[in-house]
Amino acid sequence: MALDKKGIAQRIAQELRDGWYVNLGIGIPTLVANYIPEGIEVEFQSENGVLGMGPFPFEGKEDADLINAGKQTITTMKGASFFDSATSFAMIRGQHVQLTVLGAMEVSENGDIANWKIPGKMVKGMGGAMDLVASADNIIVAMMHSNRAGVSKLLKKCSLPLTGVGCVKKVVTDLAVLEIRDGAFHLVERAPGVSVDEIKSKTEGNLIVNGEVPEMSL
Amino acid sequence: MNKVINNVTDAVQGIEDNMTLMLGGFGLCGIPENSIAELVKIGVTGLTCISNNAGVDDFGLGLLLQNKQIKKMISSYVGENDEFERQMLSGELEVDLIPQGSLAERCRAGGAGIPAFFTPAGYGTEVAEDKEVRTFNGKPHILESALTADFAIVKAWKGDTEGNLVFKATARNFNPMMAMAGKVTIAEVEELVPAGGLNPNEIHTPGIFVQRIFQGEKFEKRIEQRTTRTI
Repeated sequence: MALDKKGIAQRIAQELRDGWYVNLGIGIPTLVANYIPEGIEVEFQSENGVLGMGPFPFEGKEDADLINAGKQTITTMKGASFFDSATSFAMIRGQHVQLTVLGAMEVSENGDIANWKIPGKMVKGMGGAMDLVASADNIIVAMMHSNRAGVSKLLKKCSLPLTGVGCVKKVVTDLAVLEIRDGAFHLVERAPGVSVDEIKSKTEGNLIVNGEVPEMSL
Repeated sequence: MNKVINNVTDAVQGIEDNMTLMLGGFGLCGIPENSIAELVKIGVTGLTCISNNAGVDDFGLGLLLQNKQIKKMISSYVGENDEFERQMLSGELEVDLIPQGSLAERCRAGGAGIPAFFTPAGYGTEVAEDKEVRTFNGKPHILESALTADFAIVKAWKGDTEGNLVFKATARNFNPMMAMAGKVTIAEVEELVPAGGLNPNEIHTPGIFVQRIFQGEKFEKRIEQRTTRTI
């Protein structure tokens, strides 16, 4: 069965390593914080200027001066720090953040990503996404395998305006975990009960399947 | 040096039609709401506004948009505002969207005397169009130029009569860099204290970057996405 958004977040959480600073984008990526594996410590960075982001506040404890990049009210953990936007992007561009997880509308087989604009329809802006994808060494895209119209989001070439080129190394969808290298999607794991054939049929870009593909363990 | 201004009306003195303004804030967090309300009142038009976001329909910069006082917006993210989208798609409003980190650094550069810098952000995208590309350490970068403004308007938690500022939590965001990049910088603060009332070790923006400071009459501090948990 295909994963739901929580399942995708749960699978991505397995990629977290002890001592990492992590930037989570809006949407599915935000949910990753709910599934930090036992025994490891990570610290979440939000590009609007906080390291050590904690969970949402209890009702009545919201602080208008304390929000995340999605403009949601948050709390901080012990040892948190605040800083200005230039310092925040120095952390990002300077590769002091070990993992970036973000959503996408399209990803191509050479690692291009599109997630900020649909010409004529939606122009909200790129926010910090272009800085994040251009600089981070370790980028995981969290998204559904197909869009609402059933069209594959893993393509030979992105059709939408790009956010970054050749930057995505790993994609986790509701159907599979895929690595991007040598101009192709490499199937690493499949969601429980999802067949390789289904993944093949829903991946427009070049898909490489090598031997038995294990199921994700969640 | 006493930089105290008695009220918001005097604080925005000299802001005229067709000027370029920088306004601090991220979403509705840390925006100079008293000054924005005053700009609506005095009705200056043709403004170019440099601000990470454009407010919501009925608060923040959204108020200036409703009133058609803004000619051009320079921002990184402008969702959450229907009137903005309408004016942009109809061509009434010029919009320059730039990556958030580049926006922050362009303001910082403007205030720090750095005319331009190379960044990897935006390489290979629309943002890179007509920009010089140069490769450093095997990686392509694009040339981005500094930004400055006729007036920068920032919001701080506390300030002293010398113009020194302390920000609270994530309300800091773009305010410190914009304070540096204004030809004239206006700071509105929640609490104005005498010189010596702030610990010099804990000042975020030194008073040299601030020309005018005043205590805002009231701060609504609206929350854009009130999110809570139950357990």
